[in-house]
Amino acid sequence: MNRWLAIAAFCLAGGFLIFGATTLRPFGEPKRTEMDDYFNRFSQPEVAANNAVTAIVFDYRGYDTLGEATVLFTAVTGVALVLRRLKK
Amino acid sequence: MTVVVRTIARVLLPLSLVFGGYVVMHGHLTPGGGFQGGAVAASGLAMVVVAFGADRLAKKKGLLSVLESLGGVAFAALGFLGLGLTFFANVLAKTGGLFGNPVPYGPNPGDLNTAGTLPLMNWAVGFKVLAGLGAVVLLFALFGGEHDR
Repeated sequence: MNRWLAIAAFCLAGGFLIFGATTLRPFGEPKRTEMDDYFNRFSQPEVAANNAVTAIVFDYRGYDTLGEATVLFTAVTGVALVLRRLKK
Repeated sequence: MTVVVRTIARVLLPLSLVFGGYVVMHGHLTPGGGFQGGAVAASGLAMVVVAFGADRLAKKKGLLSVLESLGGVAFAALGFLGLGLTFFANVLAKTGGLFGNPVPYGPNPGDLNTAGTLPLMNWAVGFKVLAGLGAVVLLFALFGGEHDR
């Protein structure tokens, strides 16, 4: 019974994923390209970085990266908290 | 682990650390950056944990946590550096000083002395990720592999 439930849930979730994949836009043809064009054109003159990805991650969206660093810090803190040795 | 694994780990550890440092250092020029380079270097640390056992590195836990916190603080401080304009404004770019050379638009050979605060942030995040992932691997190994090494 549980097994069939699991298979049904798997098929449902997979069906949703496949349905979503059929309606994807073709790769490399976004509908709006204003922001992409801006980053392509200005990441070199504005940020003076050849790597546009780094320019976006650390300059245009540095706040995002701060959150990502916080996530890593929280993960390490959680692991250190859960896996600490109680007194022997 | 056997002597084969230990010997290969001895050979590969400097390579992986140097490659991680290279990826971090050239983060503003080539694909990669702080996170990726730090993960590469942390994989070297994980290899040491696997090959030599976690007890060999157990004393280094404090160093790793200090390095992790220092990286985070340095990253946030570099963000606050641009507070005169906006948070995370790139105040060092194109000023001519440290990392201050301008970059033309289009393909160019690349110059390490560019991109303002980005290389410094790359180093901060690189050390943070190296210490963070290394600490996680080390803690897991110390917790689980006490009896069967």
